[in-house]
Amino acid sequence: MRKGLSWFNTTSIVLGFAFLYLPILLLVIYSFNASRLVTVWAGFSTEWYWKLLQNDQLLEAAWVTLRVAFISASVATVLGTLAAIALTRYGRFNGRMLFSGMVYAPLVMPEVITGLSLLLLFVAVNFDRGFWTITLAHITFTMCFVSVVVQSRLVTFDRSLEEAALDLGCPPLKTFFVVTLPIILPAVVSGWMLAFTLSLDDLVIASFTTGPGATTLPMRIYSQVRLGVTPEINAICTIMIGIVTVVVVLASIITKRQEVARERAERLAAAG
Amino acid sequence: MSTGVTEKTQTTIGGIRRKFAPWTDPAAVPLIRYENVSKRFGEFTAVDNLSLDIYEREFFALLGPSGCGKTTLMRMLAGFEDPTEGRITLAGQDIVGMPPYKRQTNMMFQSYALFPHMSVWDNIAFGLKQDRMGKGDITARVEEMLKLVKLEKFAKRKPHQLSGGQRQRVALARSLAKRPKVLLLDEPLGALDKKLREETQFELMDIQMQLGMTFLIVTHDQEEAMTVADRIAVMDHGKLIQVAPPAVIYEQPNSRYVADFVGDVNIIEAKVETVAPGNVSLYTGIGGGAKLSIAQNVEAKPGDTAFVAIRPEKVRIDVDPPAWQEANCLRGEVWDIGYLGDLSIYHVELEGGVRIKAAKPNLTRMVERPITWEDKVWVSWLPDSGVVLTR
Repeated sequence: MRKGLSWFNTTSIVLGFAFLYLPILLLVIYSFNASRLVTVWAGFSTEWYWKLLQNDQLLEAAWVTLRVAFISASVATVLGTLAAIALTRYGRFNGRMLFSGMVYAPLVMPEVITGLSLLLLFVAVNFDRGFWTITLAHITFTMCFVSVVVQSRLVTFDRSLEEAALDLGCPPLKTFFVVTLPIILPAVVSGWMLAFTLSLDDLVIASFTTGPGATTLPMRIYSQVRLGVTPEINAICTIMIGIVTVVVVLASIITKRQEVARERAERLAAAG
Repeated sequence: MSTGVTEKTQTTIGGIRRKFAPWTDPAAVPLIRYENVSKRFGEFTAVDNLSLDIYEREFFALLGPSGCGKTTLMRMLAGFEDPTEGRITLAGQDIVGMPPYKRQTNMMFQSYALFPHMSVWDNIAFGLKQDRMGKGDITARVEEMLKLVKLEKFAKRKPHQLSGGQRQRVALARSLAKRPKVLLLDEPLGALDKKLREETQFELMDIQMQLGMTFLIVTHDQEEAMTVADRIAVMDHGKLIQVAPPAVIYEQPNSRYVADFVGDVNIIEAKVETVAPGNVSLYTGIGGGAKLSIAQNVEAKPGDTAFVAIRPEKVRIDVDPPAWQEANCLRGEVWDIGYLGDLSIYHVELEGGVRIKAAKPNLTRMVERPITWEDKVWVSWLPDSGVVLTR
């Protein structure tokens, strides 16, 4: 008998997965329900997906969310990558500890506090709250995730590659773009995807920093659910789950591939 | 330059090596000059007030244990480090402060540092593209380089699709492609196995002669330095201990450090008795007490403590006392024998506890050797086999 197939292990796995995915599975199933009542099954239908297409409020919210996610993930990726480079490269500059601590603080900071403090800042500087304040807030809290992902790649980056480029006549800035960036690109891309998904499903920080006319999808869903769950909500959630799943799976595939390629190269190198 | 190449291809390596000695010519202008160069990293002094001249077309080796400053010395030439004090000139131009991408030196890295996202072809062309060389010229040069390192068939491969030896060749081709004034080699063969390393050493010498370039190699492998270099600088703690051609380093080391670092050596402490031009007589208490005589000029006076260094292959080992010479004969007992196939190394314990190694070539196919463990033996050497060291 193979190990790991005892009744105890099987039960643990089944219970674990059920605990994690049963609610999501129910949500997905009921999004195809013909009935208006969320809890009563009345046959398969894609009606709610069609209804969704006519629900301007939800579509508008989805569009805002996607734009916020795209812009904030892109800016956070640039800033996070720069921070990661500063932290790994310039070994000991004044305030390095402080800087790295501050970059990573949002990782563990309760979202309520991040959201509230950003709100206070925007109010203090009299910044009109809306689309751009949400975007700025999302840049702030996703940057550290990008930074962590990119930094873990840079730690194993062979500095002599950059030295070789310099040595062959390539100036430093160009070296970054033609040597460093292409090599760390998979980490940068997975950092972007992580930031994108984090921004996509954030409710707390967006609620604090939003203003009139800028409602993100999670906020819209939350406010509608308070008036009662409709199958439409199930449908939009199913779509969001789909997007997040695809992005997360892509990100992990990219990281995995890069790891495998590196391991293979190292094995070959060791074998000579 | 073209006449130089044809002349070189027609002559044997040995012939060239004997003729090529610009360091003995007072009129020769060095290509690279380190002038009173120091490099400190915080409290640590990596290079300590060092001056060194390297000449054009020389194959120069920096040899020393790790941490002796040899890599720092090379990196200062490449521009990755700047000296704390002193001047470095390359072809008459002061290069201190000049960034690496403006220097006419190229480096072959210990890790090879091949760009993993580029093909072999693109790796080699990288430096040429930075110089905005024409497309046709780049193609011609890359193909020439591929041919030089015998990798024509691998141009399209990525570095991870190559063996260690092939990668090493790509790294070499890439660093040679720009025809630098100096090629810097940082432990270039460290990752190769012994056989491949030996082959590659000869190839490096070949390529260096074909291209008529100046090569500066950093290595901790003394055999490698001896094989490839015209001159070797033995370093320790950021200082040059001796700079000389390989044979001089080996046969006439200037200190116990050099004698011990390069090759195997027996060192015997002795008292100077008489000093004459071309000869020193000494006395040692070990091995039953013996008179030592070394054919050499030494700056010492009677009564000084000195050290006689003698290489194992120059030590004779006999069962009977060597009646044909009156000095350099010591008594002892065979303590251990190391059989290496081509040689047997006899470890002889002299009276007084000092052990001395004698290497004897195995000239016959006898399995039972006449001298064996615990035999009482005599070790001896000729006056011009040993060397007296005063430091």
